[in-house]
Amino acid sequence: MTAQTVQQGDLVTVIGLEVHVQLETNTKIFCSCPTEPADEPNENVCPVCLGLPGALPVLNEAAVEAAVKVGKAIDADIPEETRFHRKNYYYPDLPKNFQITQYDEPICADGELEISVEGERRTVAIERAHLEEDPGSLQHVGGGIDTADYTLVDYNRAGVPLMEIVTAPDFRSPSEVRAFLADLEEVLEYLGVFDAGRDGSLRVDANLSIIPAEETNGDGTIDEEALAAANRTEVKNISSHKGAEKALAYEETRQKNAIQRGRAVEQETRHWDESRGITVSMRSKEEEKDYRYFEEADLPPLRVSDWKEEIAIPELPTARRERFQVEYDLSEEAASKLTSTKQVADFYEDVASEFDPDLAATWVADELLGELNYRDMEITDVEDRLGEVNRLVELVATDEITAKNAREAVLRGMLDDGDEPDTIVEREGLGKTGEDEVQQAVVEAIDENPDAVADYHAGEGGAINFLVGQVMQKTGGSADPGDVNQLLRAELEE
Amino acid sequence: MSENIFITEAEIAGDAEGPLAGKTVAVKDNISTDGVRTTCGSRMLEEYVPPYDATVVSRVKDAGATIVGKANMDEFGMGTTTETSYFGPTDNPAAPGHVPGGSSGGSAAAVAAGEADLALGSDTGGSVRCPAAFCGVVGIKPTYGLVSRYGLVAYANSLEQIGPFAPTVEEAAELLDVIAGSDERDATTRTEGDDSNYAAAADGDVDGLSIGVPTELLEGADEGVVETFWDAIARLEDQGATTHEVSLPSVEHAVEAYYVIAMSEASSNLARFDGVRYGHSGGYDGNWNETFGRAREEGFGDEVKRRILLGTYALSAGYHDKYYKKAQDARAWVKQDFDEALSEADVLASPTMPVPPFELGESLDDPLQMYLADANTVPVNLADLPAISVPAGEADGLPVGLQLVGPAFGEKRLIRAGSALA
Ligand SMILES: [Zn+2]
Repeated sequence: MTAQTVQQGDLVTVIGLEVHVQLETNTKIFCSCPTEPADEPNENVCPVCLGLPGALPVLNEAAVEAAVKVGKAIDADIPEETRFHRKNYYYPDLPKNFQITQYDEPICADGELEISVEGERRTVAIERAHLEEDPGSLQHVGGGIDTADYTLVDYNRAGVPLMEIVTAPDFRSPSEVRAFLADLEEVLEYLGVFDAGRDGSLRVDANLSIIPAEETNGDGTIDEEALAAANRTEVKNISSHKGAEKALAYEETRQKNAIQRGRAVEQETRHWDESRGITVSMRSKEEEKDYRYFEEADLPPLRVSDWKEEIAIPELPTARRERFQVEYDLSEEAASKLTSTKQVADFYEDVASEFDPDLAATWVADELLGELNYRDMEITDVEDRLGEVNRLVELVATDEITAKNAREAVLRGMLDDGDEPDTIVEREGLGKTGEDEVQQAVVEAIDENPDAVADYHAGEGGAINFLVGQVMQKTGGSADPGDVNQLLRAELEE
Repeated sequence: MSENIFITEAEIAGDAEGPLAGKTVAVKDNISTDGVRTTCGSRMLEEYVPPYDATVVSRVKDAGATIVGKANMDEFGMGTTTETSYFGPTDNPAAPGHVPGGSSGGSAAAVAAGEADLALGSDTGGSVRCPAAFCGVVGIKPTYGLVSRYGLVAYANSLEQIGPFAPTVEEAAELLDVIAGSDERDATTRTEGDDSNYAAAADGDVDGLSIGVPTELLEGADEGVVETFWDAIARLEDQGATTHEVSLPSVEHAVEAYYVIAMSEASSNLARFDGVRYGHSGGYDGNWNETFGRAREEGFGDEVKRRILLGTYALSAGYHDKYYKKAQDARAWVKQDFDEALSEADVLASPTMPVPPFELGESLDDPLQMYLADANTVPVNLADLPAISVPAGEADGLPVGLQLVGPAFGEKRLIRAGSALA
């Protein structure tokens, strides 16, 4: 081994995450303003979320309910009572210059999430998850944060419920982080508390440090002292799974290079610059910020002990995947595809309740998802056309049209032109030709092609294909080639 | 108006009918009024016009009252004399040349001068009871949670309540009936005042009433004040009340605990005044930290800056446990002491203020003297309890108030007892 590879092998990457997700509620966490994106800046605001003098927060129970669902899904401890604190700091996007958040009594503690990394199941410990209000957003005009001519503030986002999910330093590679974020999003979407499509709905801060392999324990765990001894960087401004993997891969390489060249890694906060694909230092020296946390007296402690029992959560992706394999006798691959989102799974179960689950699986997992994917569309784009998809599968199941026509003409026409299946079938004349008509065409084809008939009887394999082609031509392609083949053979053998 | 009672005179008409029809009400200038500027006695909010009404303002208007003006006050409620107002001091109509007390000095003065039939103030550490005592009128500090704070510009939100002023206990109770009761916009409100009829309790019946007098609240009080206090107690005894001594050993720490908590909360509550969304901005360009710092330097007066700085310090890492947490412990102790004392008596009585009204300008140089004058009122806020100040008489020609403290949501008891005197 060369010196370099020894060093490479000796280093272990340790990553922990703080994931901020916007909880999907109709109204903000402390007022009744809508959380929907607005057309104009500062449209969805009121005295409370603008922090006007005298306005008071009132907790939106839907946000608590969503948080309890998350807590149940990650198998966290949900305390008898939870309360809010103020985190004090001055920033123009923060209307009150303090953020209402949770401090030492978070609504969820000690949870975990099972994730799938390259086909293997792994468990990530979640230290805590708490509720807080989102600040507003800043728009720097004429430059970046330190070069702009001026900065505009939009408080539409101020007060949208956020959940901050803090993991243990359980990740050993950027790809694990990506897998975790994907699985976390999947769970949140299943719970109906999260909309990944909403801009800014997921924001990630990641702590990354590199430590010598000999300081890890036999089971891969790392002692707190070893972790504390290593300098770490906090990478901010990550807003996607892919971005997280890229940012952390960059940061991992940057730190390993520094260590291998004998340079120290600075303990600092770094900003992920998505467009340049690099992390940049925000502060050379990490200032320990003093947020002067103290109780938010305007919100009395909330008893969740009785209430939490009443809050049910739906079947989660892993359980549903396993059930699909058993209940519908699907392969693991098909079950995975069909449970990739809650919407797809619901859609599949609707179709499967009407038709053969296997046929339903083919049409939803392969045909429909394939065609949607090709068009950059989502299952949600056809959610209200469930009846039409059902009709399409029915047309195939009852042999009214061929699978080929169903796929190539009907499904594509449905997606491209928005037409209904029956409209397409009628317009294109796709309805399977009646048996009499096919029989008639078979007789004609035999009469008109004596040479081919002779070749057939002489045992030439290609002759039957020629005759099938003739029949298909006569019937305008609407006959089933398999049926035609059989009818021809029967007629020729007579 | 020579007394400088109002910061802004206004006429906000209420409904034609209601329990307060025909009455005029002065509103302390830290209670939001839709379309009428609400300054908190500060340059910071000199031009701030709220776009909404405080819940108590809507209730007063619905009850038929007409609001006649926004009353002067110590800046953001921080003071005991109304002299820290950016808009200048208010003279005491009941004792000209003297302060009206604070921080709701303008509200008490409006009632004392007959400029309004009734008034609303807010009481964080005595800010209703002190000016009531100094101006010779009645003032009530309700139990925490009885009256909505929605629209009250916060100074120390865990301590304060809006309360009424009136010439008599019965009239103060009528106003309390209008403003009390739960509010979906204030999560700390309770339902106890929802169907109240406090005014009916103002029957002056003190026969059999057991009055506890905490000895600690007489210590250090002015001699003339103590004499007037006992005269008033004697009048209650003449009507059938009995008196005995009780002890509140924790109150010697109450002033310290109160100021640590109030200033800590104030440092956070007043953080929002940065000139970005409303209020004094100074119109500066450039670095965010520098511009908002300059706006605050210009917008706030000395007493406000002092309390924000001290409160910020008390919450800082390394000092949080030594000051803020210790003060919370003391608060719990004070509550416990009141519970015990009130298990031995129906109400507790003391002079509202240990001193008669200061002369105008007398106390400005010595904030500590001002803080200590709150010794009898602040423990009540720490304990979240209700209290009333009623005129007890005069000492050397200056008004003296008698304070009665009751158990949580025991306003009726206080109104009944207080109405035996005024
Ligand atoms: Zn709002």
